[in-house]
Parts: sequence; C-alpha cells; structure tokens
Amino acid sequence: MNKRNLLMFAGVALLFVATGFFQSWNLSLQILIIGVLSSIMALGVNMQWGYAGLFSTGIMGSVALGGLAVVLVSGQPVPEGWAAGGPRLMLALGFGVVVIGAAVYLYNRMAAGTARRAAMILLLGAGFFAYRALLDPAITAIEAFNPATAGNIGGLGLPSLLSWPVGALFAAAAAWAIGKVALGLRSDYLAIATLGIAEIILAVMKNEDWLARGVKNIIDLPRPWPVPYEVDLQADPAFMAQAAHWGFSGVEASTILVKLLYLAVFGAVLLVLIYFSERALNSPWGRMMRAIRDNEVSSAAMGKNIKARHLQVFIIGSAVVGLAGAMLTSMEGQLTPSNYTPLRFTFLIWVMVIVGGSGNNWGAVLGGLLLGWLWLIVENAGPVAMSYLTMPLPDGVLKAHLIEAAPHLRLVTLGAVLLLVLRFSPKGLLPEK
Amino acid sequence: MDILNALVAFLNFVFIPGLAYGSQLALGALALTLVYAVLRFSNFAHGDTMAFGTMWVILVTWALQSVGITGGVLPTALIALPFGIAITIAFVLATDRAVYRFYRRQKAAPIILVIVSTGVMFVMNGLTRVIIGPEEQNFADGARMILAPNDFKAWSGLAEGLAIKLTTVITVIVAAVCVAALFWFLQRTRTGKSMRAYSDNEDLALLSGINPERVVAITWILATALAVIAGTLYGLDKSYRPFIYFQLLLPMAAAAVVGGLGSPLGAIAGGFIIAFSEVFVTYAWKKIVTYLVSADMAPEGLLQLLTTDYKFAVSFAILILVLLVMPTGIFKGK
Repeated sequence: MNKRNLLMFAGVALLFVATGFFQSWNLSLQILIIGVLSSIMALGVNMQWGYAGLFSTGIMGSVALGGLAVVLVSGQPVPEGWAAGGPRLMLALGFGVVVIGAAVYLYNRMAAGTARRAAMILLLGAGFFAYRALLDPAITAIEAFNPATAGNIGGLGLPSLLSWPVGALFAAAAAWAIGKVALGLRSDYLAIATLGIAEIILAVMKNEDWLARGVKNIIDLPRPWPVPYEVDLQADPAFMAQAAHWGFSGVEASTILVKLLYLAVFGAVLLVLIYFSERALNSPWGRMMRAIRDNEVSSAAMGKNIKARHLQVFIIGSAVVGLAGAMLTSMEGQLTPSNYTPLRFTFLIWVMVIVGGSGNNWGAVLGGLLLGWLWLIVENAGPVAMSYLTMPLPDGVLKAHLIEAAPHLRLVTLGAVLLLVLRFSPKGLLPEK
Repeated sequence: MDILNALVAFLNFVFIPGLAYGSQLALGALALTLVYAVLRFSNFAHGDTMAFGTMWVILVTWALQSVGITGGVLPTALIALPFGIAITIAFVLATDRAVYRFYRRQKAAPIILVIVSTGVMFVMNGLTRVIIGPEEQNFADGARMILAPNDFKAWSGLAEGLAIKLTTVITVIVAAVCVAALFWFLQRTRTGKSMRAYSDNEDLALLSGINPERVVAITWILATALAVIAGTLYGLDKSYRPFIYFQLLLPMAAAAVVGGLGSPLGAIAGGFIIAFSEVFVTYAWKKIVTYLVSADMAPEGLLQLLTTDYKFAVSFAILILVLLVMPTGIFKGK
C-alpha cells in the first residue's frame, strides 16, 4: 500500500461518510455492505481475469449457485417433501452423473469414428430417457406436497454460516465442469459459452420448483451467527436503555447495530481473502500465473501445464464468487432468482475489476466499493438530480417519463465509465505493480 | 393413423414457427458474423444494437400512426424501418469513431475489443431503457392472419387448423430478400469484394489500395441494418422487450459459431439449425404422435424433451458440441 492507494481509499471512504451525513447512515451502511460483497466478487473475477487472463461472463451463475447453497443448507427442512421423493430424486441425479461419466469414459477409450459416434448417441439418448423416467415421478411427488408454502425438498436447517463454504463448493464444482469443457476454447468462445452456462443455471433455479421453489421464492432463511434480529433487540430492555443513553431511538439503533455486525463479518471475510490473495499473487504460483497470462507459449515451453493452471484458477475464482453469493443470500434472508440479472451480477462486477485495476487485489476491492456506491447512489439520487435538471420543463408526460427513467441512467454512466477507463487508463485506478 | 392431420399439426406448430424464428436468427447471426469477419471480435453489444434500433422503429411507427399514416394491411413498422436503420447506423458509426477505432489502430487483442463492446452494450442498453423503458411493447398493426385456422379447417375438412400469420410471411420474405441482396453485394460489387479481401488478408488488402476505414464503415452499416431488420421482424412476430433482445445474443452467437464464425453462408445455416433444434426439443410431440399411432398406443406423457424455459440449453448444447467436435463450424469459419 503506497500513498496513492491510501489516498484512493480515503476518497472512497469520504463518499460513504458524505452519504451518511447528507442522506442517512442507514443507507450509507447498506451501500457499504453491498460494496464489500461486490468487492469479494470482484476479487474472484480478478483472479480469473487479472491473474490468468480468462474472460468469463458466467459470474452471475456462480453468485446464484452460492445463493442456492444457502437454501439447501440452512433453509427450513420439509420432511414430508423429502420423504415423498427425496431418495428417488437423489438416485436419478446420481444416475445422470454416472451416464455422463460413462460417456466421457467411452469417448476417451474408443477410437474416433462411426462406432464411437453411434455408441455416444445410443448411450446418451437411452440415458436421458431413463433419467427422465427416474426423475419425473420423484419431482411430481415432491412438488405435490403443500405447493403453496413448500413443494420443495427443503433445506437441512443448519446454521447459515455453514452454507457459505458450501456455496463456494457449489460454484467450484460447476466451474470444474464448465472449465473441463470450455477452457480449451479461444477467448471469445469462452465468453459466449460461460454466458450461456449462467443463463442455464438461472433457468434451472427459476423452473425447478422442487429445488428451491423457483420463482415462488424461498423466504425466512436464518441470519448468520452473530447477527441478531431487529425485533429481538427492540424487545430487549437492556439494549433499549443503552440506545436511549446514546441518544438514538430504539428502531434506529437496532437497524444500525445489525448493519454494523454484517459489515464486521463480511469485512473479516474480505480481509482474510485479501491476505491469502496477496500471498498467492506474490508467491511462485502467482508469478507462474502471470507468466502464463503474458505468454502462454513460452510458459508451456518451460513445462507449465497451461490447461491445468487455467482450470485451477477458474475454479478458485468461481468459488470466491460463490462464497459472496451465499453471503448475499443469507443476508437478504431470501432467494429470489429473478433478481439475478447478467448486467448486475456479471458485467457490473467486470466493470469493478477493470476500473479498480486488473491484476491488483486492492484495485478490485476499490472498484467494488466505488462502483457499488455509484450503482446504488445513482439509483437513489438519479431521480432527484433529474427533477432538478427538468425544472424548466413544463409538467407533462415528457417530464414524468424522464424522472421515471432516471434510475436507468446508471447503465449509461457505468458504460461510459468503463469506456473512459479502458481508453485513458487501461490499467485502472490502482495499476498492477 | 391420420397422416394428414399429423402433417398439418407439424407444419403449424413446428415447421412454420421454426422457419420464422430461424429467419430472424439467421439475419442476426449474419450481422454478428460480418462484424467478426472484418473487425475480428465477437460483438457483445449486438443484442442491444437490435433492441436500440427496434426501439427507433417503434417510435417512428407511433409517430406515423399519430399523423394518420399506416401501412394498411401491412404493419406500419415496415415504413418506419428505414428511419430506424438510419438512426441506428448513425449511432453505431459514431461509436466506431469514438470507441472502436482507437483499439483498431492499436491492434488491440480481440478480447479487449470484446470487453469494450460490453461497455458499448451498457450504454445502448441504458439509453434504450431511458428512452422507451424496459417494459414490453406491442407495435404490430395491419392484418393479423393470412390464413386463419378455422378457414383452413372449413376448406380442408381436417381436425387440425393451419394458421399463417402475416408477420411470419413478412419475416421470411424480408429475410430472403436481405440475404439475396447481401450475397449479391459481397460477390458482385467492387466494395463487397474489397470487404472479402480485407477479411481474408488484411495486409494484402492494404497493399492493393483498399481503404480500411471505408471497409470497416461499410461493415458496420451492413451489420447494423441487418440487426435492426432482424430485431424489428422478431418484435413484430413476437413482441418487443429489451431484455429478451440481450438474451438473443446467445442463440445468435451459437448460430454464427455453428455455421463457422466469419462465414455468411454458415450464419444462415446455423440460424435455421439452432431455431429448428430449439423448436424440436421444446415441442410437446404428444399430439402429432397420437395422430400417427393406433388409439390404444397413444402416449401418456407430453413427449416433450425439455420445457420451453430451457431453450437456452439447446443453443448452448449445440454450441459446445460444435466447438468440441468441429471448432471451425460447418462452413469452415475462422
């Protein structure tokens, strides 16, 4: 951390302080929490792009898988739903994996030619229908139980903190499968392929009601360990007395305390991740990754296994993003698949990494905080600014439309920021050393 | 056994929708592949260019309707189309001048251009949402059906109806005309030949005095015109929602890759392959099979391989399969 970096971070801190003074501390903290989560996602993307030069547009998929992990690990159990079809469902999914495994095994073992092609078509075709025959009755049985409030297999009811590493694991597993297929491809093919994977993951989460109730959403997920509920705090006389002593109303004090605790937990995770990222980046492993990024041919000539290293860093980066996705869902307390949009959870994270400084971990954090702030503040302040700008206009359809459309201006702003940074300062605010 | 009814149902629910969707995808994929062939990057702003252009077509359509000009039986959007194309071309050329040209001169890596195009995507997406909003718009007017299902039933005496929407016919005709005009342009005109030369070998083309900026500008003009036409046809046939256009990027990219990136002929073939695969896999075949087999053998299930929500999975699976098995696509792209 040199002087320039500290100044940059101080500038961003000032933005949050100003928001606290001029708008409200609740809003400022809220934005900061989201900013910290975005920073963790940006750290993950920075590993893929900054360390290794992999352009993946499937970030949204990792975030969503992290969210799914929270539902499956710490959601309320639905014993009746599970009893109705759980074991059969597991059997079907296991069967699907075995079929794919067998196909991969056959593909590698048989000589290329008509025989292999026929065997693959036969195996995968028969496997698909057998899989559906196993799976469909299980799904029907599970979704038949109390569809208004359940209709899913339910979670394990474990503490929310446990679901975070599981979220990372889910995202890592998906990244392994994607990477096996797509990493050998040329860079822009990888981008298109990962964009597709993310859409498919989201389609599964929206439509498979047995998994997490699809677009009917899962609510009432428990909070992670140290964070209490506001209503419990307000019911606690000792807390209320303390709040009154400091001159806050009980409601305000409880919401701020909850946010501070979230901030502390998420901030701790961020710091641990940065510590390890910095260690990794400055180790022989980090130097090797940069060497591969800058010149694949000569690194391969030095005996480095490019494909394996790419797969490795792709998995680690996705796992970090999945972790942040799980943290986000456990904070929101609900899983809403329709909230996951590629603009917000793929491309915005990309802009954070590039504006912050590709290849620099602190840059990713700075970008996450700065653009997290910009993204939410333009949404809040945009209509206000637009109403000042349109003051001279007569009241009417046009004026109303402009004020209503103002939140969308943040997309234009972000695109312009990305283009300007790429053009005039391609290394970002905090360049890689 | 009722082959006639089965055939009519097949035409009505599988072939005609696939043909219309395939034409729209083919035009979109052509635009994508043209940009790739000449500028050498996958344009992520492509879906939003379609949305942006279609938005202008819709706005001009409304303006025309408000002064009483309509297309009669035909949709008014067809009159508005040239205006929409012109506005979008002006915007895209300005983007090229302000954004892409700098990286072209630097000979930046293709992946940098892809990232730059996501920046352009953000801007176009935001402008579209600010100007027309993210909601669904329906702008098709004029006659709806060329052949109504009930008329067909009365004429043929079959149980199945056959519907042909006017927009479907327009889609297929416009797509055919565009493709023919494009191929004539690329094969026969001097400018088209210079484009192909530039795409095949940039250095050699420069050596023989081809003006690269002119080639690039013409490529953008052609690609934008195709994108706006594809977007308008899609919007007329189905409906207009900016978000859907962004999602169309995946099937269009898949179509371009399947056909061979950079190959115009491949983009058309790819468009139809993707469209028909999507319809085949997501259609519930129960009705057609019931006509074909004896009554006691009628299937119980829907005979649907995947629900329509998974249509992305189809484009994606084909994309991955082609990339693994024959990475250059059917028509040997770049």
